[in-house]
Amino acid sequence: MTTTTTTRAAAGSGSGSGKSARGVAPSGKPFVTFEQANRRLKWALLAPALGFVGLMIAFPLAFTINLSLTDAFGAVNAGSSYVGLQNFADALTDTRRFWPAVGRTVAFTLGAVVLETVLGLALAMLMRKAFRGMEIVRTILMVPLLATPVAIGILWMLILDPTNGIANHLLGFVGVPPQEFLGSVSQSLPTLMLIDVWQWTPMMTVLLLAGLTTLPEEPEEAARVDGANAWQRFVHIILPMLRTTILTALVLRGVDALKTFDLIYATKGPGGGSDFEAETLNVYAYGLTFDYQEYGLASAVLVLFTLFIVAVVVVLRRRTERSAS
Amino acid sequence: MSATTTFRVLRGVLITVVCAVISLPIIWMIAAAFKTNVQVTDPTVGLVFSPTWDNFRNVLADGALVHSFGNSMLVGVVSTALSVVVAVPAAWAVGRFRMRRTGSIVLVARIIPAISLLVPWYYMFAQLGLVGSHLVLILSHMFVSVPLILWIMIGFFESLPVELEDAARTDGLSAFGAFLRIALPLAAPGTASAAVLAFIFSWNNFIFALILADERTMTMPVLLFNFMSYASTDWGGLMAAATLMTVPVLLAAIFGQRFLVAGLTAGATKG
Repeated sequence: MTTTTTTRAAAGSGSGSGKSARGVAPSGKPFVTFEQANRRLKWALLAPALGFVGLMIAFPLAFTINLSLTDAFGAVNAGSSYVGLQNFADALTDTRRFWPAVGRTVAFTLGAVVLETVLGLALAMLMRKAFRGMEIVRTILMVPLLATPVAIGILWMLILDPTNGIANHLLGFVGVPPQEFLGSVSQSLPTLMLIDVWQWTPMMTVLLLAGLTTLPEEPEEAARVDGANAWQRFVHIILPMLRTTILTALVLRGVDALKTFDLIYATKGPGGGSDFEAETLNVYAYGLTFDYQEYGLASAVLVLFTLFIVAVVVVLRRRTERSAS
Repeated sequence: MSATTTFRVLRGVLITVVCAVISLPIIWMIAAAFKTNVQVTDPTVGLVFSPTWDNFRNVLADGALVHSFGNSMLVGVVSTALSVVVAVPAAWAVGRFRMRRTGSIVLVARIIPAISLLVPWYYMFAQLGLVGSHLVLILSHMFVSVPLILWIMIGFFESLPVELEDAARTDGLSAFGAFLRIALPLAAPGTASAAVLAFIFSWNNFIFALILADERTMTMPVLLFNFMSYASTDWGGLMAAATLMTVPVLLAAIFGQRFLVAGLTAGATKG
């Protein structure tokens, strides 16, 4: 639909510019060839974007790496001395806060993203063939993924309130005893995962549905003729063809899930709760930085965290490229 | 035939259930905004009650909410507009001159945890005396929206047929002229969807304003967060504020659904 309109519009303005044809005019600047002019042009157009993002990243990166090698504490520009890799050693041997935070980050991300992918794919398969009300369903799908995470966090705190929330009230109807949800140490992380699943499964559906609609229909038809049932066609035809899209969606969602901050901080507060029960790496690094002013250690944690995310992305990208080729 | 009918019925039921699960919490939030504080904390009060505007009246009378709404709008609109100006020409250059590798450098911005940037940014902008200003918030939000718009628009420009620009060039336009007169007008729908998404990302952003804003420049998510810490019992007021925050996004979803899907999935299906 969109493509046809674009092409038609394109054809329209194409013929429009044809009217003002002046023939191939020789360049007024004899010393600059067309290739050279274009080389200048492309860099002139790219420079503001690259320059801006580069400046906003390069200095912070250097600053953070530098801080991670010092014992900076209290204020970043207060006197500090270089301590080598001491902060990294401290972080990597810290089994009280650092490693549990790593574990929670991995558990949260894996749990949420796997659920989101499976549910998102199932929903995308259901919505693959057009049906009445499709547009309304697509609109409803957009709401959670566009909504403000802080507002979503507060909303779920009302729903999941242990004494006054509607969730326990509804569970009561089916005979389930009241749950503590975010109020309990053991249930906090799984509850946050489920809220994340609620908010981001639609995103997976939207991405995978877009991928599904680009797939050719012939292979599936051929398999149907050969007598393959729906499940066999899904596993042997659709999944392999959809691999690249799935992996790309996993990278996009995985990176964001690893960095989840707003939802956790809004619902559990500093440290992810009194027992650090929902403290992920991002929340831990935030606390070290802004609550404890442990800039040296915080920077080391952030460097490690960034390296970890980069490693995950590189591994997934490599798989994507391999499956694409 | 009957197998198809069974599938259709089953599909209808499943999709209805999913829609209910997705939308009911949002409906619950909006309903709670119209309840008295006694009703909000009474789970037996469902969706049928006599609505009150008191919560909205209270939060709007406070002034701080209206002010932060204005801040969010200002930062969102300005950062999005500047990002479009910076990112759209860059996206065209990447798309037309096949500079994917150069373009993907900007995507590093998506990977880096925001918190690792906040301390250096704070330090850097404090030296310039800018912390707490709208400008710092705009710059920090642009850090998210420039890569986002770039990412969406590269795919969009690549999907435009290059022949049109070639034709314009043989007709005497420079490459830049072809971009301005041919590619840019054709990219208007893509630019619109990228801009709306960038605005929503700015609107929702919490962490940058949490650190870089002050009382005067505070955006809505931070106000909502503070509101919760100080007035945790005023659920009606909280839900009214959250509803006001969600209304622009709801409108975008309802009226711009096709647009937004195109923006969100751009690049994602190409890998």
